[in-house]
Amino acid sequence: MTDEDRERRHWLAVLARATADEIGQRLADAPPLPPHRALRGPEIGLVMVRGRAGGDGAPFNLGEATVTRCTVAIEGGAVGHAVRIGRDRRAAELSALLDAALQDAALRPALHAAVIAPLAEAQAARRAAEAERAAATRVEFLTMVQMR
Amino acid sequence: MTAALLPGFADPVLGAQAAFRALLDAMARPGRVLPLGEGLAPPAPLTPALGAVLLTLCDADTPLWTDAPDPARGWIGFHCGCPFARNPEQAAFVLPLGEAPPLDSLDAGTDEEPHRSATLLLPVAALAEGAGWRLTGPGIAREARLSATGAPPGFAAAFAAQRARFPRGVDVILASPSAVACLPRSTRLSEG
Repeated sequence: MTDEDRERRHWLAVLARATADEIGQRLADAPPLPPHRALRGPEIGLVMVRGRAGGDGAPFNLGEATVTRCTVAIEGGAVGHAVRIGRDRRAAELSALLDAALQDAALRPALHAAVIAPLAEAQAARRAAEAERAAATRVEFLTMVQMR
Repeated sequence: MTAALLPGFADPVLGAQAAFRALLDAMARPGRVLPLGEGLAPPAPLTPALGAVLLTLCDADTPLWTDAPDPARGWIGFHCGCPFARNPEQAAFVLPLGEAPPLDSLDAGTDEEPHRSATLLLPVAALAEGAGWRLTGPGIAREARLSATGAPPGFAAAFAAQRARFPRGVDVILASPSAVACLPRSTRLSEG
């Protein structure tokens, strides 16, 4: 995997977790996005989520998840894809459009600074806050045993 | 990534349903020429009619064999999601843009399951009713005439010859750039 692939994987992951409103707010301060043309979707469908017991057992079908996917092309030919859990068509379209625009080396730095970096920061903060809340209720079984 | 990826049907559900209906009619009335693929712009060398048939019939369960080059191949893979068969014998749909493989080499199904046969999607230059081949059989009142300009030489003879192995056989969809006509295996074809 090249550095570019890693970077793209990062922004796709950030966009897949952001809501349409969050992306829309960040886009308000970003440079305008190029005009685009829808190639497919946004459309809603199902994917089968597979799991492995304990992470290394035989794969089994865990259940179906609703996903929304979208593919757009922008001027210059770059194609952006988005697949996300849920039924948010607008978020899928914005994500696909951003994916296409972020592949353009000229647009990337500005868009990254205006959209991806703040979203990633907010998501990390949210994760940390949740982890803190959970950690406050942690029970140390070893301590309990010794207290008896 | 293919740079020049083009869209499929403007409305995937209605587009595919309308095209399916047209194909159903064409298959039920062999020799009738029906317009198909209006408003569709697949990458060359695919034509609107070919694109509409592929988008309507091909999916993840139907291996397709085609000699189409990129970006047409990429377009089919993206919009239909169908696997590409390595050779025509293993394919459920066969789309030759260059030289067509011999009709008797394609999967003709089995006597127990004749519906598992391949369907040949044959591009032709033009289709017209009222002249050319004489067609008789189910779905045709007395006799239908169909002329397919640009069909490979020997196709009519090969199609007529596959009557001998009925119910096994290959169904054929003839596609001019903007219309289709079907030749199901039950049709008797004679040149005339």
